[in-house]
Amino acid sequence: MIRFENVSVTYDGAARPAVRDVDLEVPEGELVLVVGPSGVGKSTVLGAVSGLVPHFTGGTLHGRVTVAGRDTRTHKPRELADVVGTVGQDPLSHFVTDTVEDELAYGMESLGLPPDVMRRRVEETLDLLGLADLRDRHISTLSGGQQQRVAIGSVLTPHPKVLVLDEPTSALDPAAAEEVLAVLQRLVHDLGTTILMAEHRLERVVQYADQVVLLPPGERPRMGAPADVMAVSPVCPPVVELGRLAGWAPLPLTVRDARRRAAPLRDRLEGRQPERHTTEPRTAPPVKRLFGRAKKPHDGAPEPVAEVRSLAVRRDRVRALTHVDLTVSPGETIALMGRNGAGKSTLLGAMVGLVAPSSGSVRTGGAVPHRTRPRDLVRKVGLVPQEPRDLLYADTVAAECAAADRDAEAEPGTCRALLTELLPSVADDSHPRDLSEGQRLTLALAVVLTARPPLLLLDEPTRGLDYAAKARLTAILRRLAAEGHAIVMATHDVELAAELAHRVVLLAEGEVIADGPSAEVVVASPAFAPQVAKILAPQPWLTVAQVKEALER
Amino acid sequence: MREARGSGRAGLARPRPERGTPPAGVPVPRARRAQLHPGAWWLWALALGTAATRTTNPLLLALLITVSGYVVAVRRPHTPWARSYGAFVKLAAAVLLLRLAFAVFLGSPIPGTHTLFTLPEVPLPDWAQGIRLGGRVTAEGLTFALYDALRLAALLICVGAANALASPSRLLKSLPGALYELGVAVVVALTFAPNLIADVRRLRAARRLRGRPDKGVRGLVQVGLPVLEGALERSVSLAAAMDARGYGRTAEVPPAVRRTTAALTLGGLLGVCAGTYGLLTAEGGSYGLPVLLVGLASALAGLRLGGRRTLRTRYRPDPWDARAWLVSASGAAVAALLILAGSLDPGALRPGVVPLEPPTLPLWPAAAVLLGLLPAFVTPAPEAAPDPRKEPTT
Repeated sequence: MIRFENVSVTYDGAARPAVRDVDLEVPEGELVLVVGPSGVGKSTVLGAVSGLVPHFTGGTLHGRVTVAGRDTRTHKPRELADVVGTVGQDPLSHFVTDTVEDELAYGMESLGLPPDVMRRRVEETLDLLGLADLRDRHISTLSGGQQQRVAIGSVLTPHPKVLVLDEPTSALDPAAAEEVLAVLQRLVHDLGTTILMAEHRLERVVQYADQVVLLPPGERPRMGAPADVMAVSPVCPPVVELGRLAGWAPLPLTVRDARRRAAPLRDRLEGRQPERHTTEPRTAPPVKRLFGRAKKPHDGAPEPVAEVRSLAVRRDRVRALTHVDLTVSPGETIALMGRNGAGKSTLLGAMVGLVAPSSGSVRTGGAVPHRTRPRDLVRKVGLVPQEPRDLLYADTVAAECAAADRDAEAEPGTCRALLTELLPSVADDSHPRDLSEGQRLTLALAVVLTARPPLLLLDEPTRGLDYAAKARLTAILRRLAAEGHAIVMATHDVELAAELAHRVVLLAEGEVIADGPSAEVVVASPAFAPQVAKILAPQPWLTVAQVKEALER
Repeated sequence: MREARGSGRAGLARPRPERGTPPAGVPVPRARRAQLHPGAWWLWALALGTAATRTTNPLLLALLITVSGYVVAVRRPHTPWARSYGAFVKLAAAVLLLRLAFAVFLGSPIPGTHTLFTLPEVPLPDWAQGIRLGGRVTAEGLTFALYDALRLAALLICVGAANALASPSRLLKSLPGALYELGVAVVVALTFAPNLIADVRRLRAARRLRGRPDKGVRGLVQVGLPVLEGALERSVSLAAAMDARGYGRTAEVPPAVRRTTAALTLGGLLGVCAGTYGLLTAEGGSYGLPVLLVGLASALAGLRLGGRRTLRTRYRPDPWDARAWLVSASGAAVAALLILAGSLDPGALRPGVVPLEPPTLPLWPAAAVLLGLLPAFVTPAPEAAPDPRKEPTT
């Protein structure tokens, strides 16, 4: 269905080709996953299928890509539109019209399908993707998972033979991701659609793949059965990592397979306790709502760095938060979890003064954030937003660091020193836009840390990071926590929460529905439990690192 | 009104396409979009606006505003666009206040005897003759300004009503095929503005995180560049997405047709220009109208022929049905009757300000304005409000 023959792509002005010697064939009706660390050219390979590379991005493509017998050299993307459907990383930039139904019809209108066929397919697709109730809704009012489903639906209606998806679940909460993956499964099984997709969150998708294409940096890509490729892949989900550690062969890809093999491992681990990497903070017990107003006696518990009391936020007549209580102690790491739109970002925004509370109170470091001057507030609390690029204005890393020193009234060179400590490889003269996702996040983190805030807030820090970048971030955050920084992060990444957080706070519909030690909260929920916890339940292991350490002890 | 919607359903059934009945097993649509043709709403609202320009009677104007406001209140759909009505009302109020402020500070050419108060007058040099700063403020001058501004405000509110009832992007979808690409460009531009505003907000918020003041002009200027960068990136990715979804696919047309299209369109436009010129000059009275009509016909034929180049079909076009006729006719009737009233009884529609007299409500023009309420009864009610919980983030 898709053939790559000796394909190399070199972008204009780049010294080296973005991908080299890709030679593979995707048979009809298979779900093929493209994996590899950041920056190995996954998006380039995907773009070459729809013809957007090189027709839209520029650059030179050597070799030949054919899709359903059509050569992308002679066919422009619009002439491939009836065989290839493409959904990019950001569904919002994909939408042309403003309502769900029109969006589903748009592609068919461009292809000139007769009205009765369009009508039928729109209805079918609405049912297939469970969008029937949303048909008249404005796209901007949908949640992330719904938008992703609409984006997939909008390329499905012309009945393409091939579907190309770039990171379809990265921005989604676990439940929404499963929703989207279920749809993809259905397409492959019922309609025989060929799917080529790239995804960083391998733990979510690898079990659905028929074949995996590995793009290792600097080597020829290899393609094979998921278990074989995962055995050598530099990026792999926790279940595979655990399998490699325990020496299981063939490697299990699903929690179910792993559990069946895990009995001996569970026996070996019997009687041992996971050792926490992080030092337990002297944490104040979570405030119980009933007694929320009662003043606690200060029995040696440290002054909290942030205190949120019965906070409510309304925005555009929508209740984003209702009656939220949260106390953050120094040195404590808290993971805020919950669906897209549960109010996680709003809570972080309220703690840093971006959002004014409608009722209730927020105090960070003794100040009321939305009434404090930004200049003073940076020394009390720092937020790394979902899109770290928003924080960066300057043309070079050096200028950015100098600006950060000025903003924070810190010694010149403070920010650069921090950055070097966190990420030595970043050159002074590179443009923040040219950095990889992980480097940019680290730069933003250094900028925020320049003012030495005791409380650090992170909004979706692992979005778009590969496993290596995530491991680096985890190490950095762990060190910051050990230095006494309190960290609150909103995340969908259960593995990150399991690895770092002392406490997990679950939000739903703007309310706190669970607040407790991460081991308890995370393991109790089937959606939020990390893979290792599921495999080794009922034992209290959360991460591969813990298991590894226990075995070596 | 609820009944009106229910009983009206049958009349609204979309005509089945003639291309043969769909095979069995076609899913039955559960909810049909009972929507009026957007063109009808725009005709209705613009006709009310035209009516507003024919009168300065504040009572009639207030009645017009009330009529359009009522229809908007009961018939506007629950879309973000519909909220623009509030913005138009605010704009109209601002225009009103500005006009009154001008009348107070710059004086008014209307002679008047009822002096309300006197502002200190700024003496201006000779070359600024005819301009006055400060001075006497008369009740007549103020009333005249008020009437005048009210007329403009009513016009603005009518345009706002059109916007709220049928978003311009829906209207653009009804453009003929040859103009489709133009329509898409406008729609994309229209969706761009809200995105740009959201970007500015986000980046100004981010300035606060850096410890810089997030208010004031400087804050706005410094986020300018990142916002433009973001907008540029978004437009490139949107263009890529549109191309990948088949935007711009064209059908092969024989060269003869292509040439005829070009000739018809160009010739037609030339004809329109020449005809208009003829109509406007004194000596061209004889050839003006026929040339204009021929030019118009040829341009339309060119457009129609040009439509062959586009493969594009249309999904559920809004039908122009009996209700659309009724709605646009009700607007047209209001406009026509007020124009008629203006020529029959100019005094009632333009109440005098010198001497000052209280305006009276002329009975039958007022009744004519009430005709504009018809859409509130013949059009389907908007669907129930969607779940108000919407995504604050992501």
